[in-house]
Amino acid sequence: MSFENLYWGDIGAALAQTLAMVGGALLLTVLVGLPLGILLFLTGRQQLFQAPVAYGSLSFVLSIIRSVPFIILLIVLMPITVIVTGTSLGIRGVIFPLVVGTAPFFARLVETALREVDRGIIEASLAMGASTTQTIFRAVLPEALPSLLAAVTVTAIVLVDYTAMSGAIGGGGLGDLAIRYGYHRFQTEIMLVCVAILIVFVQLIQASGNRLVTHFSRK
Amino acid sequence: MIRLEGITKSFAGKEGAVAALDGIDLTIAKGEIFGIIGSSGAGKSTLVRLINLLERPDGGEVFVAGERVTDARGERLRDLRRSIGMVFQHFNLLSARTVAGNVAYPLELTGQYGKIEIAERVAALLERVGLSEHATKYPRQLSGGQKQRVGIARALASEPQVLLCDEATSALDPQTTGAVLDLLRQINRDLGVTVVLITHEMDVIRRTCDRVAVLDRGRVVEEGPVTDVFLHPRHAATLRLVREAEPDGGSLDAIAASDLGGRAVRLTFTGPAAHKPILGRIARENLVDYAILAGRVGHIRETPYAQFTVSLSGRDVAGAIAGLRASGVDVELQAGLPLPQVEERPRHVV
Repeated sequence: MSFENLYWGDIGAALAQTLAMVGGALLLTVLVGLPLGILLFLTGRQQLFQAPVAYGSLSFVLSIIRSVPFIILLIVLMPITVIVTGTSLGIRGVIFPLVVGTAPFFARLVETALREVDRGIIEASLAMGASTTQTIFRAVLPEALPSLLAAVTVTAIVLVDYTAMSGAIGGGGLGDLAIRYGYHRFQTEIMLVCVAILIVFVQLIQASGNRLVTHFSRK
Repeated sequence: MIRLEGITKSFAGKEGAVAALDGIDLTIAKGEIFGIIGSSGAGKSTLVRLINLLERPDGGEVFVAGERVTDARGERLRDLRRSIGMVFQHFNLLSARTVAGNVAYPLELTGQYGKIEIAERVAALLERVGLSEHATKYPRQLSGGQKQRVGIARALASEPQVLLCDEATSALDPQTTGAVLDLLRQINRDLGVTVVLITHEMDVIRRTCDRVAVLDRGRVVEEGPVTDVFLHPRHAATLRLVREAEPDGGSLDAIAASDLGGRAVRLTFTGPAAHKPILGRIARENLVDYAILAGRVGHIRETPYAQFTVSLSGRDVAGAIAGLRASGVDVELQAGLPLPQVEERPRHVV
């Protein structure tokens, strides 16, 4: 094993790809998953818009997506990915399946976070003449902010994990590099460097997430 | 101000519907402090939530300020709720907002006040509840009493005509309870706000309310001025609540009838009569002796009262009773002891 002939250029490019995939997919996951989570919360049992059929159907679909292993989801989604993004390859091709794969997970975390908001606060908000929309955006979401930030942190780390599989469809990134060079070409040192960078990356995400959660916790 | 007519409400239980409220008729006058008391499960929280329609009645009508609001929805419902402030047992403050932010919340909702106006009104409200120096703190930094003061300031922000207090003092220690009740009375006096106070403690009613309704198993079993209901409870549920407040006061259960040599009477002195040496004078004049069997002394709001059950014996018991009545003392002859079924006894037995 030698660390002298590392392809630092490739590693740098792979890191940039990972950052792009995680960043882009995280943004879209939050944009898609947050409304879904709010919908789950509102239609849930004994909630503001209790609707068992709507809740059941949405819940069923989300659970199906979550049951499919991500590597299979990548392949199954390929035709749809082509329609949505124009290509099933590269970073553009991988962000769509990443969002499909993580949004249901994030939506569940959002649902749980919102359910933990004290019902009394919702009741008080309504008693003060707030509409349901005002209650959600001005009372429930701000109250749940620390939990929501924790959910974003966990989701970001899941995304880092999923990007490793993006190599299967030519997505690139550190995970892909580690598998191609480290596993297929027996260059263990590249794999080790990639994994080390990923470890640092995940630690950074977790640490900054924790700091944000603490900062916004008022309880 | 508030009128409830024939209200029924039931909830789905394990074995079919359970009636929470069963034919409630209540009228609450403008500017009074009206108490609703009952033990847990009596339906009082449901009842108070019907007034601002957090709960919808299954049957019956709700009138607020002369207007039928039973099926108000949308903007009309929100307007109604703005005219009715609500204070909660567990405060229900927004933990993510400061004290000032919590009080500003109802004002922000309307969208009709500018930032400066909101800030001015919040400052005035915090001044009223004595929390000016805590404006930038978060709820978790406050004591229970301070939290409830924030809750009261917030409930007053939209200048409501009615203030609903749902067990507002039940999570507070006795001393803080007194301070919060004083604040509520002050607000009632200064702003003329009608206060509806839900509690399971007779002491809260005694210190604060003008009138009271006793709720038992979804029905109003007794209603009237606090002096009447507190000093002359008729229904078993009322008596139970009074005794919870004063475990040893006024109770005759333990006294056996056979021990009594004389005529048992219950004497109630209210107002100035409570401070005068009436009993001793009447006893001397009529040459009777008295043994005090039970008694309680205190205040109902500002009105002093004293109530004794005494056994009168001697020369002119009838004369003594007449004399007591002439001096403004309420005299109830106690038949056989221990007390018969309380709820069957007419209020003023002669």
